[in-house]
Amino acid sequence: MDRSSLSRSRRFAPAVALAAAAALTLAGCSSSSGGKKSEESADGASAGKATTPRMTIALVTHQSPGDTFWDIVRKGAQAAAAKDNVKLVYSADPSAANQANLVQNAIDQKVDGIAITLAKPDALKDVVAKAKKAGIPVVGLNSGVSDWQKLGLMEFFGQDESVAGEALGKRLNEAGAKSAVCVIQEQGNIGLTQRCDGVKKTFTGKLQTLNVNGTDMPSVKSTITAKLTQDKSIDYVVTLGAPFALTAVQSASDAGSKAKIATFDLNKDLTGAISKGTIEFAVDQQPYLQGYLAVDSLWLYKNNGNYMGGGEQPVLTGPAFVDKSNVDAVAAFAAKGTR
Amino acid sequence: MGMTQHAEPAVTTPPASGPGKVTDGRTSERPLALRLLARPEVGVFLGAVAVWVFFLIAAPPVREGSSMANILYQSSTIGIMALPVALLMIGGEFDLSSGVAVITSALTASMFAFQLTLNVWAGIFVALLVSLAIGFLNGWLVVKTGLPSFLITLGTFLILQGVNLAVTKLVTGNVATDDISNMDGFDQAKKVFASSFEVGGVQIKITIIYWLVFAALATWVLLRTKYGNWIFAVGGNKDSARAVGVPVNFTKISLFMLVGFAAWFVGMHNLFSFNTVQSGEGVGQELIYISAAVIGGCLLTGGAGSAIGPVFGAFMFGMVQQGIVYAGWNPDWFKAFLGVMLLGAVMINLWVSRTATRR
Repeated sequence: MDRSSLSRSRRFAPAVALAAAAALTLAGCSSSSGGKKSEESADGASAGKATTPRMTIALVTHQSPGDTFWDIVRKGAQAAAAKDNVKLVYSADPSAANQANLVQNAIDQKVDGIAITLAKPDALKDVVAKAKKAGIPVVGLNSGVSDWQKLGLMEFFGQDESVAGEALGKRLNEAGAKSAVCVIQEQGNIGLTQRCDGVKKTFTGKLQTLNVNGTDMPSVKSTITAKLTQDKSIDYVVTLGAPFALTAVQSASDAGSKAKIATFDLNKDLTGAISKGTIEFAVDQQPYLQGYLAVDSLWLYKNNGNYMGGGEQPVLTGPAFVDKSNVDAVAAFAAKGTR
Repeated sequence: MGMTQHAEPAVTTPPASGPGKVTDGRTSERPLALRLLARPEVGVFLGAVAVWVFFLIAAPPVREGSSMANILYQSSTIGIMALPVALLMIGGEFDLSSGVAVITSALTASMFAFQLTLNVWAGIFVALLVSLAIGFLNGWLVVKTGLPSFLITLGTFLILQGVNLAVTKLVTGNVATDDISNMDGFDQAKKVFASSFEVGGVQIKITIIYWLVFAALATWVLLRTKYGNWIFAVGGNKDSARAVGVPVNFTKISLFMLVGFAAWFVGMHNLFSFNTVQSGEGVGQELIYISAAVIGGCLLTGGAGSAIGPVFGAFMFGMVQQGIVYAGWNPDWFKAFLGVMLLGAVMINLWVSRTATRR
């Protein structure tokens, strides 16, 4: 061959050697603990499949991208869809106007049912009316417990954020807390504000709120540390999302504070922290159940004309408390990312 | 501090700016104090001192050593990224993808090590390669297309945001990575990236040390090396820089890769201090890094700035953000306070340098 190909192969040789060396190095440094290998492969609740005709259901939420919570809602919806022979179309946008457009999109697709979250009910009023006019049944989930009937939704699955907050406030009283801080990771979010307000309503001690920048964990850590240093009387930190609770544990130790941690919502690392005792308890609104029931209810309505809650009452999925006494039962499911 | 380096690199002095060294009445030496004040990093230094003194008075907890350590920790995680972002800005380019790139790096390391059950150092190494590759891609696209880096990195910002989410979901089945704290090499890596040590009863986070070391290094490179001159040259005027033989493409691409390196570093800190990473984090951080650089006296148009200025810029951010909490002010006003304090600080900075340069 010509000389250029020779010189090219010569130039390649070191690269190949380097790649081989890298592969060998990698093979030599496998971890003896943790990692994928130690994780058991147990699948979710996958039972049989319905023989009813194929139908399409749109699930439109106000999720912001990458939120662990909404991931679980979606998994629940997918599980129900798989069982019920339903094609699930999932879409989400945190802005109310965009969410309304997505619902319109579902109407245009002529889906057989729509499940929506009512974070901003007024913005969705018109488009829900359009869906009803087009003969598409609409159910609500997660947010909008006080508005779903006004908008003419058939059923609702979720937790009243204020009620959940009130339940947590009572729990703090039982624990003997005197001064607590409620950590809001997204300033101006209605649901989060309602949770803190709910806690304030029933908690007999002093409750302060603290806004943190939820997209930057080091900043969350410093800010909670700062608050615990500023007010040394705080004996309970209440976070509104599982990852922030785990960070608050570090903050409390940095600040040399004896404050205990409680939180809304669960994830698998959090169940571990509860069994270790670094986090006292969590309020779970069972997001999986919300997604699952929303899809399943539309299937039931289509195939058997059923209403959950009889069309009058919301179906409440929370608040359910997870603490040391029941964490073991929940942990196995949380590890799969479904609880 | 900023006092030791008032040697401006030769390339930044505008060509044919006057009659050179000839002194007559009109170009008499101005007093040293005024010449110092005219430097942007001195202005921001005074702004930072003003903010610090303000919170010392307004918020008693700030007077404790541990609070200062906490403020410096927050500043350091901003500051380590603000440094290369500042150098890149001096070199005339922006990087809007820097905030999510931090998370990309942390996700890569965590998922690579976990999924293949490898020692975490393997993941750390792969993440470094990925981060440098992202930097290279940004730089290469900017020099090859000649498009503004604002557009190119806006593109990569969106791409990385989507990739972070989609790949994490694809690989782990969740939107956060698995806990790697029980894997081989984790404790060692935690010592390197996320440990703390005690000085006089106060826990100091190691990132503060890295921050100051990197700042010193960046200052030296900027003021004492040929590469530093190249940075000023390509940011000042790309074409004349090329005409006098400055490797413009190399300089720009390497600056983007430097941002990639810092993103890797901060990403590793995030991973080893919090054990897991949420795939949606990091959005909006890029603006904080850029703000720290701008408050630190880096010109938005490139060609001027320093590495010491952004250190004070990052400090000012950390100080205001935590100071408001230490002061126990109404948290609803938090963002507004932050904005007002930062504007105020920049105004002081501007006023100081104007007063000092007035004839």
